[in-house]
Amino acid sequence: MLHDVTLRIPAGCLYGLIGPGASGKSVLLKMITALMRPDAGTLHVDGQDVLALSEIELAAFRLKFGMLFQNNALFDSMTVADNVGFPLRRLGRFGEEEIAERVHERLSAVSLAEFADRIPASLSGGQKKRVGVARATITQAPIIFYDEPAAGLDPVTSQKIFDLLRKEQESAKTTVIMVSSDIDRLLTVTDRVGMMYRGSLVFDGSTSEAQGSAHAHVKQFIHGLAEGPL
Amino acid sequence: MSKMFSPIAAAREGLFGLAATLGKMGIVAGQIGRRLYRLDLDHEEFWRNMYKMGVKSVPIVLLTALFTGATMVVQAAPIVQRYGANQLLGWGAGFGILREVGPILTALMISGRVGANNTAELGTMTVTEQIDALRALAIDPIAFLIVPRFVAIVLTLFFSTLYADAVALVGAAYAGKALVGVEPITFYNALTSDFMGIADVTNGLVKSVIFGIAIGLASCTFGMGVSGGAPGVGRAVNATVVASAAGIFVVDYFVSFILI
Repeated sequence: MLHDVTLRIPAGCLYGLIGPGASGKSVLLKMITALMRPDAGTLHVDGQDVLALSEIELAAFRLKFGMLFQNNALFDSMTVADNVGFPLRRLGRFGEEEIAERVHERLSAVSLAEFADRIPASLSGGQKKRVGVARATITQAPIIFYDEPAAGLDPVTSQKIFDLLRKEQESAKTTVIMVSSDIDRLLTVTDRVGMMYRGSLVFDGSTSEAQGSAHAHVKQFIHGLAEGPL
Repeated sequence: MSKMFSPIAAAREGLFGLAATLGKMGIVAGQIGRRLYRLDLDHEEFWRNMYKMGVKSVPIVLLTALFTGATMVVQAAPIVQRYGANQLLGWGAGFGILREVGPILTALMISGRVGANNTAELGTMTVTEQIDALRALAIDPIAFLIVPRFVAIVLTLFFSTLYADAVALVGAAYAGKALVGVEPITFYNALTSDFMGIADVTNGLVKSVIFGIAIGLASCTFGMGVSGGAPGVGRAVNATVVASAAGIFVVDYFVSFILI
């Protein structure tokens, strides 16, 4: 359950959302993209009352966002190239040649160009994440969400994924909200950090402020202390 | 202290569960109906499912139908021989196959093969966030996934029943020749006699469409409603098979009553 959460994120910022399990991070992401609706209360995103949007308006609203899901959510029946090109194909504004070009560019950016014809089941965890990143960024949406982009990956692959996401964010100048439990690596790439606890946003500040914070919850969580209020 | 089992409480809980399931199926039916009215469905997904559900079911439906027809004659053979009712064998087998056995057995076969698979696929897509991914990409999962599958299931069952009826009658005719010496032409003449009419064929085909709607709604509703990871997918598949089979028999009674 979320309580009165207001998230202010400057455009072009890479924002890290942290917090213990079941604190509402993923729920918040899904609410922002209108994948979940609150049982009560209001939901305003980018000045829009999301709950008042019609089905068609909601579809247009979601085009503002790209999303990498915790489980990657790649479509099993499609090849890697089809997965990445799928959002463009569904938009219906692009010819097949242009889609193929952009898919190749995206797959090259995540170093998977030679995997275009493979199916997702044949990829490693890190490769699936990178395909998910390519799909999340192909429409050049201004806001991108990454939900646990390093979940289940080894430390080296995790750091590579975080570096890739930072590079992508800098080159496309997008606003990114990233949820991750891998605090040490997350803080190497974020500009600002917010911490959720029991459905509320208990901290919002720059990465350096978070690292030096005396806030009991933030301090315990970032430094991984056994003693504290969490 | 553990609570004592109360049959009344269990019955009440069962009824509430049934009402909730029917309510969910009603909502899914409404969502499908709205998209069908606008012809809002993904054509590629529709043809992919027609192939996967319809074409790939042909061998098992043919095999089942052939032996079902033959079994009808095996059961009827002693009576036919005792009363010398060779002329009525075609009518007896045809009446049973076209009105009841053909549509019901084909529906059960399609429910087990196609309905269960559909629930498993949709359930897996739900728990791995693929449905959420579609929504996040501004794609309506009902129009993209559910409507094509629902229509494919209904059409698959309709066409499967059509050719299953024909194959079952062929099986019955040749079993009649082998077991009681009734010539296939005699069997055919009985089939086309005044005792039978086109209503016997359409009766079974109307049932097949209604069974298809029941299987399609059950498999899509349970598939989209999965929660709890892989075990949840297993539970949903089980629920689909049970609900479809029970639904087929209940609906069959009422449709038979109306169409008699």
